[in-house]
Amino acid sequence: MIPLPYYLLISAFMFIMGVIGVLTRKNAIIVFMSIELMLNAANLSFVAFSSFLGNIYGQLFVFFVMAVAAAEAAVGLAIIISIFRNKATVNLDEINLLKW
Amino acid sequence: MDLYLILFYFFAIITLVSAFFVVTTRNVIYAAFNLMLTLFGVAGFYVLLGADFIAIVQLIVYVGGILILLIFGVMLTNKITDTDIKSGFLNRVPGLLIVGTFAGILIGTLLKSTWRIAAPLPPPVAGLVGIGNLLMTEYTLIFEILGAVLLIALIGAASIARKQSN
Repeated sequence: MIPLPYYLLISAFMFIMGVIGVLTRKNAIIVFMSIELMLNAANLSFVAFSSFLGNIYGQLFVFFVMAVAAAEAAVGLAIIISIFRNKATVNLDEINLLKW
Repeated sequence: MDLYLILFYFFAIITLVSAFFVVTTRNVIYAAFNLMLTLFGVAGFYVLLGADFIAIVQLIVYVGGILILLIFGVMLTNKITDTDIKSGFLNRVPGLLIVGTFAGILIGTLLKSTWRIAAPLPPPVAGLVGIGNLLMTEYTLIFEILGAVLLIALIGAASIARKQSN
């Protein structure tokens, strides 16, 4: 059988990729995709622990996380499209209305 | 090597390579399609872990819903006709410094900890039945609130993205 730390390492690497994307990419939509990567990494950890502990609650929580992720994606993309309509860009360095 | 391990490495390569390309490719469409591969890989891990219901939900919700939404976003916010679909990087040095520290802490803790769990135990109740029972008994209120949150978020998204009419 595959040991638990293998899954946790995969999850950790996916999470780190997501952090890299959020911190260094310019396009708002790629930042979004990186957030989905991080959510998936957390979900993978949940399911791994759930399976190795013989406990169903982890899978239940992943189900809830997926619903919240769907809501987050819908609202976030609506905001990005709204910004694009006003400023004709989705580059994060050009959206600086609140910058002093 | 048994079949489980071969499948595990197969899904691991798919997931990690495509996750790497999601954050490094300059083309936004390529990033979206690599994200699809990553999500498929994670669904494969769920199957290996015996969480078949979560794997199917992953395919339906993420690949069928969120990813399509993201591709819609790409198409609505890029000037495809001007081939201006490339995207660059920002704050590369400080970002990578922060990520390096974070990665060191995370992976260091992970490798230093001793995990006492040897092999997966069978879940107390088989996957789908157990989740269904919990959703209809112990977690009914959370389930209903989640449905309301999703409905409100979708209505809000539609009203934000709509053209403002005076």
